[in-house]
Amino acid sequence: MKKNIVPAIRLTLVSMVFFMGIYTLVILGIAQLAPNKGNGLTITQDGKTYYINVGQSINQDKYFWSRPSAVDYNAAGSGGSNKGPSNPEYLAEVQARIDTFLVHNPGINKADIPADLVTASGSGLDPHISVQAAKVQVKRIAEIRVLSEDTLLQLIQENTEKPLLSLFGTERINVLKLNLDLDKISNN
Amino acid sequence: MNTEILGVIFMYALVVALAIPLGRYIGKVFSYQNTWLDKIFNPIDKLFFKLSGINPEKEMNWKQHLVALLTINLVWFLVSMFTLMNMSWLPLNPDGNPSMSADLAFNTSVSFVTNTNLQHYSGETSLSYLGQLILMLWQFISAGTGIAIGAVVFVAMKERTTEKLGNFYSFFVRSCTRILFPLAMIGATILVLNGSPMTFKGKATTTTLEGATQQISRGPVAAFVIIKQLGTNGGGFYGPNSTNPMENPNYLTNIVETASIFLIPIAMIFAFGFVIRRKKLAWTIFGVMTTGFLLLVIPSIFSEMNGNPAIAHMGIQQNMGSMEGKEVRFGPAASAYWAVNTTCTSNGSVNAMHDSMMPITGMAALLGMMVNSFYGGVGVGFLNFYIFIIIAVFISGLMVGRTPEFLGKKIEAKEVKIAMIIALLHPFFILVGTALASYLYVGNPAEYAGWLNNPGYHGFSEMLYEFSSASANNGSGFEGLGDNTMFWNVSTGLVMLLARYLPIIGPVAIAGILAAKKYIPEGAGTLKTDTGTFGLMIFAVMFIVVALSFFPALALGQLAEYFTLY
Repeated sequence: MKKNIVPAIRLTLVSMVFFMGIYTLVILGIAQLAPNKGNGLTITQDGKTYYINVGQSINQDKYFWSRPSAVDYNAAGSGGSNKGPSNPEYLAEVQARIDTFLVHNPGINKADIPADLVTASGSGLDPHISVQAAKVQVKRIAEIRVLSEDTLLQLIQENTEKPLLSLFGTERINVLKLNLDLDKISNN
Repeated sequence: MNTEILGVIFMYALVVALAIPLGRYIGKVFSYQNTWLDKIFNPIDKLFFKLSGINPEKEMNWKQHLVALLTINLVWFLVSMFTLMNMSWLPLNPDGNPSMSADLAFNTSVSFVTNTNLQHYSGETSLSYLGQLILMLWQFISAGTGIAIGAVVFVAMKERTTEKLGNFYSFFVRSCTRILFPLAMIGATILVLNGSPMTFKGKATTTTLEGATQQISRGPVAAFVIIKQLGTNGGGFYGPNSTNPMENPNYLTNIVETASIFLIPIAMIFAFGFVIRRKKLAWTIFGVMTTGFLLLVIPSIFSEMNGNPAIAHMGIQQNMGSMEGKEVRFGPAASAYWAVNTTCTSNGSVNAMHDSMMPITGMAALLGMMVNSFYGGVGVGFLNFYIFIIIAVFISGLMVGRTPEFLGKKIEAKEVKIAMIIALLHPFFILVGTALASYLYVGNPAEYAGWLNNPGYHGFSEMLYEFSSASANNGSGFEGLGDNTMFWNVSTGLVMLLARYLPIIGPVAIAGILAAKKYIPEGAGTLKTDTGTFGLMIFAVMFIVVALSFFPALALGQLAEYFTLY
């Protein structure tokens, strides 16, 4: 042990310089070539800057809603609900979300509500909703914004992100981008 | 075909396609053969040894390897304790995060030095950037430790009689610089170009669409995330790990991160075949591990894609599947796939919350950790599997009435005793820990009310999962468990320590003892170990050990929950 301790300490120090220092600085250098220099992807509209990848709490009737969040979209303390699938308290919460949705969206058939609109994501910051989750909100928004449903469906189609190479993964919609486009065509 | 399933198939095909050449490369690194990266890394390694005062050519026996490993790990633990308990005044703390309490720092230090990354804290509120960087250092070098000690066992299995098994520091530095570092560079570049942050600025403050204020945690995320994936570490920069859109922004990064979980563990099998020149044995091992993995992953994917029956009962649509704790950009298939990847390999990162998964998936995740060698952690997964091989050789020998031999070495009482002790330690830690926690909880549910986030069977599973994760050096959790308490910090801390080092010491001792024995060339009477029959034998041994140990606990938790839901 005695013979090993000094080399161990020295090797640890060298590793620190290489893996904490040099490695980090090289990646930091590469980040300067990345979009927004590694500070997170942003989009600017009407003089306001938003972070595209970070979901926001959106639940006014004039906008497409984002998913429920266990941390109320706190991007400085993200997290999921960690509720188990058979937890009665959790199931009651989902039922309450379904009821709230039906109150705000009269005339919608319960069977058309997709699960992602009434369940919380793992990060609590999910920036996306499913295509069905956008479509089921069209009727409400069309009425409030006095737009035709076709215009909104068109908007949804334009904002649908295909699976990677149209082959791998899910189809989804970035709620923030969809809503920003919505504001472009109808200034509430 | 469904694009979600295609994505999963693609990820597996990609990882195997990359692991075969990488395994060959790793084999060359540990056989000291020339590779095309020598030009860059020969001078770097030389500098490492010169500055550390180490002679990398001095060969060690198995005991010297273990002393070197344990000594340097102790140094890391002490450095880690000091840093985590003094973060508040040390540099690189733009968000003003506090220092850790002693018990949390103990748990966190043990956790990262042992390659577990069981996180009882949340990164964005509990760590300064210096704290994150020091943990990132452990992610590199604890993984390097695992790979290096795996290499020692490989070298010990060569066809010869010797006590000299190479130099530990040399294997260690080569693992870090020649294997982990280049892969991390490639991965981090992909992440940063896809929008994962890499900055030393503090939180960003923005106004949301609806006019609310939102603070957004940032930091050197990309550099950290990739090594957490590659080194079977699993500790996220952010609390909810790779569910967080900063850690894992899109499906492409999800492919990179998922592939990184399996890449080195699978490559190590082929590296083993290369070092001891027995490709067929490597494929047999790969076959056994893959069979086990598929048996866990296929039911999990289907169970998640079919959704939660209790929610189906409410009459809404679950076209995507079960979505609680999952991100829309990954979907249930890729989430279930990741969950089984991460638990089979002792990685422990997540891209969806395991606590909210269906009972079958939760059980598959638990089984992955209970077996802990379907691919397994970098280096150490192979060591765990080696124990099962020794036991299988011994039992097969008894069945056919031959002296048990493996790779030309006689397996005798001492080796089998060590193997049995190591094989039984894992169930011992998990079951005794869970029993103790359950006893405390049931005795005083009011005092420990903060522990469980879910009632009933699922609550029991939260405790079982935590000890399985600690003992498997995994690090994922049924994160509803309120685990930042004295009991959980200390108990899981001790389990992680013992469950890391004893299963390293045991196999290295066996391999060292066998290496020193006389080499007997294969004859007509030798039990062939590179056949399907022997593969089946290993699988049967694993199945029996795991099923007998864990079935009652699984029946009380996940199985009982399954039957209440369906």
